[in-house]
Amino acid sequence: MSRHDAGKPEQAAREAWLGEQARKPRRRRVVLADSTKARGKALRTIIELEEQTSVGEKLVRDLIRQQLKSAFGLAFAVLIGMCLLPITFYLVPQISDLKILGIPIPWLVLGLAPFPILYGVGWVFRRQAERHERDFVNMVDR
Amino acid sequence: MNATIWSLSAIVAVAAVTFLLGYVGSRKANTTPDFLVARRAIPATRNAAAISGEYLSAASFLGVAGLVLKDGVDALWYPIGFTAGYLALLLFVAAPLRRSGAYTLPDFAEARLGSANVRHFSTFFVVCIGVLYLVPQLQSAGLTLTTITGLPPWFGGLIVTAIVVINVLGGGMRAITLVQAFQYWGKLFAIAAPTFVLFVVFLASPHRGTQPISDDGVIRFPQAETITVAEQVVKVRVDEPLTLKVHGQIDGRGADGPVFWGRGVYELSPGTRMEFTAGSPVPVVEGSPTTNHDWTRPQTGGISELLRTYSLIFATFLGTMGLPHVLVRFYTNPDGKAARRTALHVLYLLGLFYIFPTVLGVLSRLYLPQLLVNGKTDAAVLMLPETMVPNLGGQILGAIVAAGAFAAFLSTSSGLVVSVAGVVSTDIMPGKVRDFRWATVFTGLVAIGLALLLPRSDASLTVAMSFALAASTFCPLLVLGIWWRGLTWVGAVCGLVVGGGMVITAQVVSVVSSYTGRWAPAFITQPALITVPLAFMTMIVVSKATRRRAPADVNQILLRLHAPDPLGFIRDRDIARFGTAEEKARMADDQRRGAGRTR
Repeated sequence: MSRHDAGKPEQAAREAWLGEQARKPRRRRVVLADSTKARGKALRTIIELEEQTSVGEKLVRDLIRQQLKSAFGLAFAVLIGMCLLPITFYLVPQISDLKILGIPIPWLVLGLAPFPILYGVGWVFRRQAERHERDFVNMVDR
Repeated sequence: MNATIWSLSAIVAVAAVTFLLGYVGSRKANTTPDFLVARRAIPATRNAAAISGEYLSAASFLGVAGLVLKDGVDALWYPIGFTAGYLALLLFVAAPLRRSGAYTLPDFAEARLGSANVRHFSTFFVVCIGVLYLVPQLQSAGLTLTTITGLPPWFGGLIVTAIVVINVLGGGMRAITLVQAFQYWGKLFAIAAPTFVLFVVFLASPHRGTQPISDDGVIRFPQAETITVAEQVVKVRVDEPLTLKVHGQIDGRGADGPVFWGRGVYELSPGTRMEFTAGSPVPVVEGSPTTNHDWTRPQTGGISELLRTYSLIFATFLGTMGLPHVLVRFYTNPDGKAARRTALHVLYLLGLFYIFPTVLGVLSRLYLPQLLVNGKTDAAVLMLPETMVPNLGGQILGAIVAAGAFAAFLSTSSGLVVSVAGVVSTDIMPGKVRDFRWATVFTGLVAIGLALLLPRSDASLTVAMSFALAASTFCPLLVLGIWWRGLTWVGAVCGLVVGGGMVITAQVVSVVSSYTGRWAPAFITQPALITVPLAFMTMIVVSKATRRRAPADVNQILLRLHAPDPLGFIRDRDIARFGTAEEKARMADDQRRGAGRTR
C-alpha cells in the first residue's frame, strides 16, 4: 500500500516529464483489460465446444482426426516393421550367417535395435500430439 | 548354506524396505481417491518408474532369460513386445484415458458408453486378467524361494501375498507408488550388476565350466549331472543317441538302471531321476531347438512357429494397453499431457532394463544346460551367478539377483492387488475405504488359492496368456471407445464376450493339455492372432447394427477425452462419487465458471 502511494506522485512527475506523446502508448499497454477480453472470447469458444454448435463440433472433429492420423500412422509403421522381421528371417535364413563383431545380425536386430527405435517413435508422437493441442488451444484462445 | 543366508538376508532387506516405503506412503492416505488413484498427483517421472517397477514382473526378471536359454533368438520377441505395448498405449490411449476422469477401467467403460451392463462385464474381465497375472507371480515366488532355500513352493507365494496385502491395506495406491518406483531401480541394479560381472568373468575365461561345443552344434554336459523331474510330466527330444541311468518312469514304463535313448521323444514322469555322464548330449524339452545351430537362428521352427511369433507380437503390442494394473497407474497422472510423458518415459526405462536378461539368457545357455532337460528355465537367472563364480562373490551376486526377483514379485503383485481391489470395491461393494480393504484381502486369498491349485508353467507363457486376454477384450474397447463415435454398449459387451470367451476357452484347453501330455497346438497356447481381430470385428459390426443405442452425448464425451488440458474439461469421476464435500464444492465451482459440465 505504502509502496504504491509512494510511487504515485513520482510517476505523475515522470509522465509530466515525458509529455503527452509518450503517455499514450503507455496507456494502451495496460494488460489486465486485454486479458479479460481475450478470456471472454476463449470462454465463448469453450462454451461453443461444450454445447456442440456446428463450429465447435467441426473444431473437435478436426483435432481428433489429426491426432488419430499421427497415432495410426506411427503405429502402422512400427507394426509393419515388426511383422516384416519374422517373415524375412523365415524366408532368408542366410541372414544369420552375417555377423557384426561376432554377433549374428538377428540377435542385434532383435536384442538391441528395437528399444531406441520404439523410444524415438514415442518421442515423435508426443511432439506431434502436443503441437496439435497447442494449435488447437491457440485457435480457441486467439 | 552360506549362499542361502546371503540370499535370505537380501530378500528380508527388500521386504523391509517395501514395508517402510509403504508405511511412509500410507500415512496420509485416508480417502477413497487416495486408495484408488493416489489423488492423481504423481509426477510423470516417478509415475513412469512406478509403472516400470510394477510391469517388470517375474516374467521379465526371470522368464525372459529362461526363454532365451531355451528358445534362443526367437524369445527376444517377448521383451520387444513387452516394450512396444507401451508405444501402442502412448499412441492410442494414454492422454484420452486420463482425461476421461475415470478411476477404473469399468468406470471408463460406463462413462463412455453410458450403460451399467458394460461396466459389469468389464469388471469380470478385470478380475480375470488380474488373477491370471497374479498366479504366475506367486508361483514364481515359490520357485525362487525353493531354488534358494529348499523351502516348499507354497511358502514363497504365501509370503509375497502376505506382504502385499498388508501394504495395500495401509494405503492403497498411495502407499504402493513409492514402493514400486523404488523397486524399478532396485530391479535394474539387481540385474545389471550381475550381468556386468558375469560377462567380465566369461570374457576372462570363456572355457571354464562352459559346455563343450562340438562342431555339429550338439549341446553336451560339461560334467556328470543328476537331474530330477519336478511335479509335472516332461517331454524331452533326443537328437543324438546317448546312454544314461534312469530311476523312475519313461513313457509310462518303469526303469531302473542304464538305458539307451535313440532319436525320438521321451515322456518323463514326475520324480524320475536321470544320471548323465560328462560329455553326453543334452536332451531338450520338446518344442525347443535341440542344437545350438538352430538356437542361434531365428524362425527355425517352421510355419507354425512363425504364426506363433506373429500371435505373440499381436498379443503384447495390443495387450499392454488393456492390462488393468497398468492403466490404473495412468489415472494417477495429474493430466493428459503428463500421462503421455509418463508413457514415453516408461519406454526409456524398459528399454534400459531389457538388454540385461538377454545377456544372462545367452550366458546360461553356456553354463546351465541341465535346465534344458527338466524345462525349469525360469531358475536360470538365479542359478547362474553361483555356477559361474563358485565362491563368496558368486553368492553375493546370487543374493542380489534373488532380492531383485523378490522385488519383481512384490511390486507386480501389489499393483495387481490394488487394481483388482479397486474394481471389486467400487463395482461390487459401495466403495468406501473399508470395502477397499476387504476387497484386498479377498483378492489375495483367491490369488494364492489358485496359485497353489494350478500347474506351474513358464512365467512368460502364462503372462503372455493374460496379454492375449487383455488384447482381445479391453484393447478393442479402449481404442474404439476413444476414437470411434459409433461404439455402442451392446457392441462393446458382445466384443468383450467373444474375445474374452475365446481366450479363456483356449486357456482352459491348454491347462488341461499340460496335465495330459501337452497335446494342444500352438494357436491354442497363443491365440491372439485370431481373437483380437474377431473381437474388433464383433464390436464394430454389432455397434453398427445397434446404432440407435449410441449415447446421445457422444460428442461431448469425445470432446472431453481429446480437448487439450489447458481448456479445463477434465472432471474426475472419483471426486464426483467419493470426494469430500469440500472437493465437490471446488469442482462445482469450476463448473459454474463455465469451463465445462459434469455428467
